[in-house]
Amino acid sequence: MWDYSEKVKEHFFSPRNAGAVEDANAVGDVGSLSCGDALRLTLKVEPETEIILDAGFQTFGCGSAIASSSALTEMVKGLTVDQSLEISNQDIADYLDGLPAEKMHCSVMGREALQSAVANFRGEVWTDDHDEGAMICKCFAIDEVMIEDTVRANNLSTVEEVSNYTKAGGGCASCHEGIEGVLSRVLEERGEIFVADGVGALPKRKKQPAPADDSINSAAEPIPDAATSTGGMTNLQRIRRIETVLESIRPNLQRDGGDVNLVDVDGRNIYVHLTGACSGCQMAAMTLGGIQQQLIEDLGEYIKVIPDTEIPVQLSAEA
Amino acid sequence: MADIYLDNNATTMVDPAVVEEMLPYFSEQFGNPSSLHNFGNKVGFALKKARKQVQKLLGAEHESEIIFTSCGSESDATAILSALAAQPERKEIITTVVEHPAVLTLCEHLGSEGYIVHRLPVDKQGRLDLDDYKNLLSDKVAIVSVMWANNESGTIFPVEKMAELAADAGVMLHTDAVQAVGKIPINLADSDIHMLSVSGHKLHAPKGIGVLYLKRGTRFRPLLRGGHQERGRRAGTENTTSIIGLGKAAELALENLEYENTVVKAMRDRLEEGILTAVPYCFVTGDKENRLPNTASIAFEFIEGEAILLLLNKIGIAASSGSACTSGSLEPSHVMRAMDIPYTAAHGTTRFSLSRYNTMEEIERVIETLPPIVAQLRKLSPYWEGNGPVENPEALFEPVYA
Ligand SMILES: Cc1ncc(COP(=O)(O)O)c(C=O)c1O
Ligand code: FES
Repeated sequence: MWDYSEKVKEHFFSPRNAGAVEDANAVGDVGSLSCGDALRLTLKVEPETEIILDAGFQTFGCGSAIASSSALTEMVKGLTVDQSLEISNQDIADYLDGLPAEKMHCSVMGREALQSAVANFRGEVWTDDHDEGAMICKCFAIDEVMIEDTVRANNLSTVEEVSNYTKAGGGCASCHEGIEGVLSRVLEERGEIFVADGVGALPKRKKQPAPADDSINSAAEPIPDAATSTGGMTNLQRIRRIETVLESIRPNLQRDGGDVNLVDVDGRNIYVHLTGACSGCQMAAMTLGGIQQQLIEDLGEYIKVIPDTEIPVQLSAEA
Repeated sequence: MADIYLDNNATTMVDPAVVEEMLPYFSEQFGNPSSLHNFGNKVGFALKKARKQVQKLLGAEHESEIIFTSCGSESDATAILSALAAQPERKEIITTVVEHPAVLTLCEHLGSEGYIVHRLPVDKQGRLDLDDYKNLLSDKVAIVSVMWANNESGTIFPVEKMAELAADAGVMLHTDAVQAVGKIPINLADSDIHMLSVSGHKLHAPKGIGVLYLKRGTRFRPLLRGGHQERGRRAGTENTTSIIGLGKAAELALENLEYENTVVKAMRDRLEEGILTAVPYCFVTGDKENRLPNTASIAFEFIEGEAILLLLNKIGIAASSGSACTSGSLEPSHVMRAMDIPYTAAHGTTRFSLSRYNTMEEIERVIETLPPIVAQLRKLSPYWEGNGPVENPEALFEPVYA
């Protein structure tokens, strides 16, 4: 049984704004009957102000698809069209006090329906940026087609790169075999062979390898460091980029009496220290989320921003 | 007088609190955790809780690193076969001569299929030579599989150090920690151990439930493919009641870890000291400096282990001779032979393995009743005369069988 929050259950059992809005001037359709999930979002937008006056949904889907749709309609009412587009699928999930990882795609569908409806309102055609294939990564709701397209478009050849570009495989790692399957297939088309030994067979280590010992020659080879996972940037370049992004966010925080400092970078985990108004309160999580989003965009890779209070013991001992 | 159970390395009693935790999931919440309805809707949460409890006992970094299996043997096999399947160009395995048959027999079979199996020897105390080990590590090795603690002698191997050396060399390491988990502190998040096996029935959970710990990012190929259970890494409808029981048992084991290493250890030490003082010609096997706190393996020279066990059993004391799995054969245990314990003593090795349910009174009763049993058997032994062994026993009595 899914670990649904009370809020999800509540929105499922008593959905808000079910049904089509009369006189809708923005309609967005996503999904299809065949993939078991379909959503039609209808909006009534005031043409001059572009304010969304009313919203309604019709969903063919599971419990969390219905709850996500219900939540979305509540969230967009009263916003301008532009404001509504800023709602991310994470916002929808947050509104519902979270969704089980396997159900995150339901919130993605909500967001896509919104984009589609807005396009319709503006007389544009919104195209779904991917067909759906078999779900490969349940942690991040990434399907086979998405991985395949990304691998092709960016000439990727390792699981780690796929995680950096699509997030797939960056969670529990149980889907690595599936990702490797896609990689082998696409690489074969390119006339290459997928090699997974070395990095990819073993997880990244927290501890640095012991100084090379004569009796183990292979230990003398340096363990590939962050460079492999960071789109070609050296560690130093990467840290500078991170600092620059933090620098640009800092004035905003300082205005509220807070501050943020970079503490450590460990692969994809970026540890920061929050002070003042932004530490300890509920805003901290939002602040961290915002910083993370900016860093992901700037670095072009998936990273995680973590408060320094959660640094694993190892790291702080080294520092 | 109640019987005394000193065979906890073979299996343990299910803790009453564990039974209580399990009961509702047989007849009330009996549904399939994947089902949506009310008959199973609490099971998923209970499994999640159990996974967390096990994660905590192992000090694992992520809950998803815990994969439930059907037993310790399945975990061992899954780990080794996965490493071979995931790195097909690597054809060597490093293990030790004293592994449990779950690993030993599998490796023997793999040897017959063309894999090269290196079996590290042990010294008289059951210790490994790490230099030997280092020299074997190379990019041809698919997996190192070494037990954390030996089921017969209780000897603890420096598995964390070995994992570090393996990782330095880019080699995957699995450890059969079936005897170690719940008896000594384990913190996998801080280690380089990639895979680790647990068996529920050694820590007061039911039989037929195990865990394979899989460090996140370790390349893996499932043994059982099918449903999506365990994130696709071990198909088969979950053994819900046993998993829930194991979760509770893990929680209790963590709470009792200190007790195990103080009170239980004190009982074990008293048992050894009592027996060694009262019985001539016997000695403790294994590495006394690095041992499980609950295990006493004592070799009684010139008599046979099974005879000791039968007489002990007659007066209500349960112990074992070698591993439960190896008993039934007439060969002395491979572990004792590997430590070069002479035949005259290896056959008489008796294992007393304690748990938190034993009491000092029980220990005293064993110390009292054991010496006459040994004396009685020695009177029958061709290697014994009066108050001591015959001179040069192996030369003097050398029966030749046709
Ligand atoms: C060291 C060791 N490994 C593996 C096993 C096998 O565990 P299970 O009985 O759960 O298969 C045992 C128990 O006999 C053991 O002592
Ligand atoms: S399923 Fe892909 S990371 Fe968990």
